[in-house]
Amino acid sequence: MPGYEVHEYDVLVVGAGGAGLRAAIAAAEEGARTAVVCKSLLGKAHTVMAEGGIAAALGTVDPDDNWRVHFRDTMRGGKLMNNWRMAMIHAQEAPERVLELERWGAVFDRTRDGRILQRPFGGHRYSRLAHVGDRTGLEMIRTLQQKAVALGIDVFMETTVSRILTDAGRVAGAVAYRRESGELLVFRARAVVLATGGVGKCYKITSNSWEYTGDGHSLAYWAGADLMDMEFVQFHPTGMVWPPSVRGILVTEGVRGEGGVLLNNRGERFMFNYIPDYYRAETAESVEEADRWYTDKRNNRRPPELLPRDVVARAINAEIKAGRGSPHGGVFLDIATRMGREQILRKLPGMYEQFLRLADVDITKEPMEVGPTMHYIMGGVRVDAETAATTVPGLYAAGEVAAGLHGANRLGGNSLSDLLVFGRRAGLHAARYAASLPQLPSISGDEVEAIATEMYAPFHCSDGENPFAIQKELQETMQDLVGIVRTGDELQEALRRIQALKERAQRVSVPGNQQYNPGWHLAMDLRSLLTVAEAIALCALERKESRGAHTREDYPKEDPEQGKFNLVVRRNSDGQPVLEKVPHPEMPEEVRKILEEA
Amino acid sequence: MALRTISIYRGDKSGGRFVDFQVDVEEGNVVLDVVLKVQAEQSPDLAVRWNCKAGRCGSCSAEINGFPRLMCMTRMSMFPADRPVYVAPLKTFPIIKDLVTDVSLNYEIAKTIPPFQPRPPDPDGLYRMSQEDVDRVQEFRRCIECFLCQNVCHVIRDHPENKARFYGPRWFVRLAELEMHPLDTADRRQLIREMAGVGFCNVTKCCTEVCPEHIRITDNAIIPLKERVVDLYFDPLRWLADRLRGRRPGQAGTR
Repeated sequence: MPGYEVHEYDVLVVGAGGAGLRAAIAAAEEGARTAVVCKSLLGKAHTVMAEGGIAAALGTVDPDDNWRVHFRDTMRGGKLMNNWRMAMIHAQEAPERVLELERWGAVFDRTRDGRILQRPFGGHRYSRLAHVGDRTGLEMIRTLQQKAVALGIDVFMETTVSRILTDAGRVAGAVAYRRESGELLVFRARAVVLATGGVGKCYKITSNSWEYTGDGHSLAYWAGADLMDMEFVQFHPTGMVWPPSVRGILVTEGVRGEGGVLLNNRGERFMFNYIPDYYRAETAESVEEADRWYTDKRNNRRPPELLPRDVVARAINAEIKAGRGSPHGGVFLDIATRMGREQILRKLPGMYEQFLRLADVDITKEPMEVGPTMHYIMGGVRVDAETAATTVPGLYAAGEVAAGLHGANRLGGNSLSDLLVFGRRAGLHAARYAASLPQLPSISGDEVEAIATEMYAPFHCSDGENPFAIQKELQETMQDLVGIVRTGDELQEALRRIQALKERAQRVSVPGNQQYNPGWHLAMDLRSLLTVAEAIALCALERKESRGAHTREDYPKEDPEQGKFNLVVRRNSDGQPVLEKVPHPEMPEEVRKILEEA
Repeated sequence: MALRTISIYRGDKSGGRFVDFQVDVEEGNVVLDVVLKVQAEQSPDLAVRWNCKAGRCGSCSAEINGFPRLMCMTRMSMFPADRPVYVAPLKTFPIIKDLVTDVSLNYEIAKTIPPFQPRPPDPDGLYRMSQEDVDRVQEFRRCIECFLCQNVCHVIRDHPENKARFYGPRWFVRLAELEMHPLDTADRRQLIREMAGVGFCNVTKCCTEVCPEHIRITDNAIIPLKERVVDLYFDPLRWLADRLRGRRPGQAGTR
């Protein structure tokens, strides 16, 4: 086997989105020798696609807002499957993390008195999302990128981590390859922070980019860590539906936050027909009340378009199935009759451009057509609420790859704040852990060699399977059988197909050489895609109730007994996934009381 | 569906050529869709960068029929159906493979720019800025780092030797954003004049023309930077004051 470079760091961060960069900054500021490894160029990670804003109870628009309300909204949105301690830390620390971005150069939209402007969003009682038009993620990633550059953090761009190395059960480093040259890289590290985002590329219709192949989920799982809540997959209610090639591209919830409404083909604001009892007391009863809410939140209740995403996605799905959809299989999202052209161009310039250029639709004049798109996974690596530590010593996880904060359904805007709050905590605690180790754990040359043999195998297999074809079949399987509405039979069928695809994935072959070869890159990503797909289907089959984003047609009701545990998947000694029902951590009485505050 | 020809540059630093592919093009397809279809069905080792597919990440820059564009925002329908669509890598940057070029120069330049240095906050720990005062900075911060402006700037496109002394439009946008940030206190004028070489720009506005974010790079960033540098270097009172303080012109310091 060819030689390889070896690099040594205290903290290795995998992923350069919001969580990874925030973790790297925290680790470097704590004095750790820190490196970031990322699959794309710096600044291109999926955080860049976040549009609507960062949820934080700054109270600049609604002075009544505070962390208690944010905590309550998050827990209710997550159907109490959330780790309460994470939800509390998140609500308490988010405002400071946003102000910190401003100190690092971020320029948010302003209130009249010059403070950070906040907009309303689904499931949030108050206007809570600090934002920059509809490109908040870009602002955030650029700010963090520039801060990381100023701190001199080493960045290995276009480099993919294939495996976490361990030494006597704790983290020792990672094996990676440079995408450009295909060369192997070995990192020796005292601690590793996973910040790899999500799993969207197991689905056909998704807002996620090619990078979202469940790498961190799988790296953690293979290293012996627990995955949790994998059945909870978020379908964002509003993705583009036409033309076919843009199907799934995100249409920000900010459209509804700014007053946009959902209509069926009869012109009805159908969301009024889908208000769950759970939210009835806090949702407007009439169009008039809903419209008054934007200017008077004290005396009116939220429009039903701003219900949490799971509710809205199911409602849209039901309208389409009932034959009340739009011509291209979605529903209508109208901002044109709700806001002036100038205002739309100021607040939603990205949406304007996206629809005009890709769909020939001028959103200042006509409605958009939208439908659900796989957007986010609430499940992920099980972590400690305070430190973001996984169950493997030295391994940390933050952001979408981690589980716990969002429970059964994430509220819009809570992801960007998640990245900041827990990215920082992961980096900080990884650095402290690294400093506590007397010496660098050792790595085994034989293990590296075995991993490398597996990585380069697709070049030595002739006439094997095309990795793109296998990915496509997996995406169709997950879309059709593990989608918004699930049944036991379909989930079992999905597991059978995933098993067959796993076997076929052993025999992939790729033409060409190691230099920048996307076919080969995907061949390696298939292992992680299939690992997370199996975990999602297994957990979805096991949870025999409907809760949050997990809807079972054969078990349509919420079951209070099943609301008491999270599902955990880990790998047994034979390499097979096993499930465990883990009871929620006990919530102190004074915290429980917050949930009951009106 | 209609069968169309897309001609993609295949090669690396040792050389290359355009290769024709026949692809079924669907209604609404953008160039990136077609390139990815070639990759998935005909040529898995075709190298291309992309991420968001929605014009927000700036990864998929290429020269399409000779014009620099984002592949994800360029519809196939804008080109005549009976002729091939040519897709080539950015010319200004060294090729790695196929449509992928080495843009690392940009990341090296970024490291040389003195970072944001804010004034102290208001007594309550917050910063206040009016929307009017941040509009211009927000325009610059729309930049998605697609580097199309760098690619098309003839100072470096036609004269690679200038890369060592001219930062290029993307980096003037970045510098302008810092210089015009209402909270920033650092002075980067000497760098703008000397290392960044703002004087090389002769205002042909090619960069503005290709910017997918419609940032008015020349008018709003580069020309004001040129003026600031001129003010600094040719303001006699400033010159005298600096002499009395024993500083060289343009030396970094607070304003």
